[in-house]
Amino acid sequence: MGLFVAQLLTGLANAAALFLVASGLSLIFGVTRIVNFAHGSLYMLGAYFGVMLMQSLPGAVGFWGSIVLSSLIVGAIGIIIEICVLRPVYRAPELFQLVATFGVILVIQDLTLMFWGAEDQLGPRAPGLKSVVRILGEPIPQYDLALIVITPFILLGLWWLISKTRVGILVRAATQDREMVGALGVNQSWLFTGVFFLGSALAGLGGAIQLPKGGADLLMDLNIISAVFVVVVIGGMGSIVGAFVASVLISVLNVFGVAYLPQSTLVLMYVVMAIVLLVRPYGLFGREEKAGEHGQAGEPDRPIRPAGVRGRLFAAALFLALALVPVFGSNFTQVLLTDILIFCLFAASLQFMLSTGGMVSFGHAAFFGGGAYAAALLVTYADSPMELAFLFAPLAAGLLAVVFGWFCIRLSGVYFAMLTLAFSQLVWSLVFQWYDVTGGDDGLVNIWPSAWLSGTTTYYYFTLIVGVGGIIFLRHLIHSPFGYSLRATRDSARQADATGINVTHVQWAAFATAGAMAGLAGGLFVFSKGSVFPNELEIEKSFDALIVVFLGGVKTLSGGVVGAAFMESVKDWLTRLEYWRLILGLLIIGVVIVAPAGIVGTLRGLSERLGLRWTGETTR
Amino acid sequence: MTAVLKVENLVRAFGGVKAVNGVNFEVAPGELKALIGPNGAGKSTCFNMLMGQLKPTSGTVYLNGENITGRPPRDIWRRGVGRTFQITGTYQSMTVAENVQMALISYHRRIFSIRSYAYRLYREEALALLDIVGMADQADRACAILAYGDLKRLELAIALANEPTLLLMDEPTAGMAPRERIRLMQLTADIVRDRGLSVLFTEHDMDVVFAHAHHIMVLNRGALIADGTASQVRNNEKVQEVYLGGGTLYEQEKANA
Repeated sequence: MGLFVAQLLTGLANAAALFLVASGLSLIFGVTRIVNFAHGSLYMLGAYFGVMLMQSLPGAVGFWGSIVLSSLIVGAIGIIIEICVLRPVYRAPELFQLVATFGVILVIQDLTLMFWGAEDQLGPRAPGLKSVVRILGEPIPQYDLALIVITPFILLGLWWLISKTRVGILVRAATQDREMVGALGVNQSWLFTGVFFLGSALAGLGGAIQLPKGGADLLMDLNIISAVFVVVVIGGMGSIVGAFVASVLISVLNVFGVAYLPQSTLVLMYVVMAIVLLVRPYGLFGREEKAGEHGQAGEPDRPIRPAGVRGRLFAAALFLALALVPVFGSNFTQVLLTDILIFCLFAASLQFMLSTGGMVSFGHAAFFGGGAYAAALLVTYADSPMELAFLFAPLAAGLLAVVFGWFCIRLSGVYFAMLTLAFSQLVWSLVFQWYDVTGGDDGLVNIWPSAWLSGTTTYYYFTLIVGVGGIIFLRHLIHSPFGYSLRATRDSARQADATGINVTHVQWAAFATAGAMAGLAGGLFVFSKGSVFPNELEIEKSFDALIVVFLGGVKTLSGGVVGAAFMESVKDWLTRLEYWRLILGLLIIGVVIVAPAGIVGTLRGLSERLGLRWTGETTR
Repeated sequence: MTAVLKVENLVRAFGGVKAVNGVNFEVAPGELKALIGPNGAGKSTCFNMLMGQLKPTSGTVYLNGENITGRPPRDIWRRGVGRTFQITGTYQSMTVAENVQMALISYHRRIFSIRSYAYRLYREEALALLDIVGMADQADRACAILAYGDLKRLELAIALANEPTLLLMDEPTAGMAPRERIRLMQLTADIVRDRGLSVLFTEHDMDVVFAHAHHIMVLNRGALIADGTASQVRNNEKVQEVYLGGGTLYEQEKANA
């Protein structure tokens, strides 16, 4: 009994930081409709500033003063981010906003590294709250009890602010109808900035207040963000009370998971989320809403046509050039090109569902890594021949996508993105924690191709044929009746439904197809490397694919492939620089603001302006 | 002759409010019938139930004698009902012809086909339909750059793709210039005559209604108060009250309460 109570209290204490970050994210989303992926970074900054201030300010006043101060500093940083990065993209499609905030993550990561170095910082303990209290014979840190007392007061304060003050009324009004609030004479941009300050300050507060329990390190931004998403999805987007209930639920569950099911702590959270969403698709306290209304904002997509003779000749010439590389190029070039081709296929599979289907997935790595792991597991445990395992990769990834798709396509826009992210994290945590089967962090090794494919050059040709074949197949799908049906559901789901198209089935099929093609890329990947590790399933991998589709051009057909080829080639020298994340992050933010059409879109626009191209109304 | 559409005791409640309260009517083959009424009378609710976007609280809808109550829109469409919306819902990223081709692809049940290029499929049929509404010359323009009146005509062509026996048009001329309104309704009347289908439409413009509709139904506060020819409806006392009488019905209700 004592142990039970102790665990319950630990869980409640852990909920504090989670709730603060989640409520900030929820608040910002509610008013600005922007999902701030950089919210974990603000949390991390709160922790670093907290450590720094606590070291120079003495005593209990210094300790609590530092927490409040770091919260205010992070709030101010939030204002800078809002004004510099988000203001220019409020009217852009939500994908652009998400990518922009991802750029912010990269920038903050490197800036933190620059200022505080790579070493983990130990959090100082709270003066006067350093010892433990015995409750039912179990030791409970005093600081935990302090957190348990403080958190409800913060919730109460937020509730008071939102429901009783004039600012709160404006915020709630803006949550329901931004344009109306603007029309009634409220300065929207300052309202947004204010909300962003408050949300960021909450994240900073969360980072600083957890210091005595956790400290500060460079991984805490991405470590907390997926848990925060789970909390926000379970509690309901935009609901502060929901964020509180879900934080407590998840934190308590985690503590008990550690005690009774140590193998499944991470998985548990996602299973709970899946169950909640089955019963209430918009979370416990969320209301049904269309969060994806701005998904197709901006210039409408143009009609498409399959490549003409010139385009086909160009593609054939490119293919021929690639086929001739082994004759002239080095071994290294072939390995690099193999990587590039695999990444291109992965990006093309994401672009199929994202651009043609309008379904912005934040967890596409689940299918890439899933395919790779499926093949690797088959080789490791069934000793199956490479050919069979290779075919199993797209099959298994496709089946996984069928299952995940069933949940995900019932939601749209931001909810869809969050859910795909959570599912990919589910797969990642499963692989990461199920050490006996998947090898956990050690990965699966010795997954080599059959003898007839084992040479670098032979495998390069194999990748070239399968990769290019896959990309051509996806392009063909876009022009087929199936692809058109998918585009119809994206353009107007209502019209599609009123003309006999089963919107759900079409989107589901597209989701599964994209998953299977990502799995094919994963299969190519695992046999080219001979091994697979959990990082192929990480958030970063999903973001990589999103970023290249975005860089290449969302409203084009070849954007994903071009973006992937560009990025993978650039990455090779970029990652040799010390602060490459900073450069990449600034590049991403720059592209979002200056050239949102991406590489292909911008080139197309340029050539049309110069009169080099037929300026018809179709996209290639 | 059996009615194309027969509605029995249709009710739809939103919470305690009965937006549509026990509506009965029929639409005969070859008939161009209007459903009119003041704002909030329940016209759109009624329409959404006929096409399946909304499930009725109670009551039955028969299409050519078959009970279609509560079926999803795509099923009702497959049974031969075309629909146009008050706010057009065309596919912005396709050409005019492709918009019609998409409906034809669906009609021929080739939605999941991956064997051929979609832009080549049923192009001739699509052009023929566009010709009916006078849009054939714009077949290869992007839908996104069409004028609003042209979008409405395109929607009509799309609605004809499944060879419907009944066409439901929600406010077909809303937002159009007066001359365009007359053209569109003349076009609709011609299609009814040439193809022998029935049309049920809602409309705010009384000139349009009285000039073209064979029969007119008047809906007020969820209930039908008149159903007849133009002159019958024009001389109906209740209708005059609703449209001209300055809220006598509200007064009565107050007195009753």
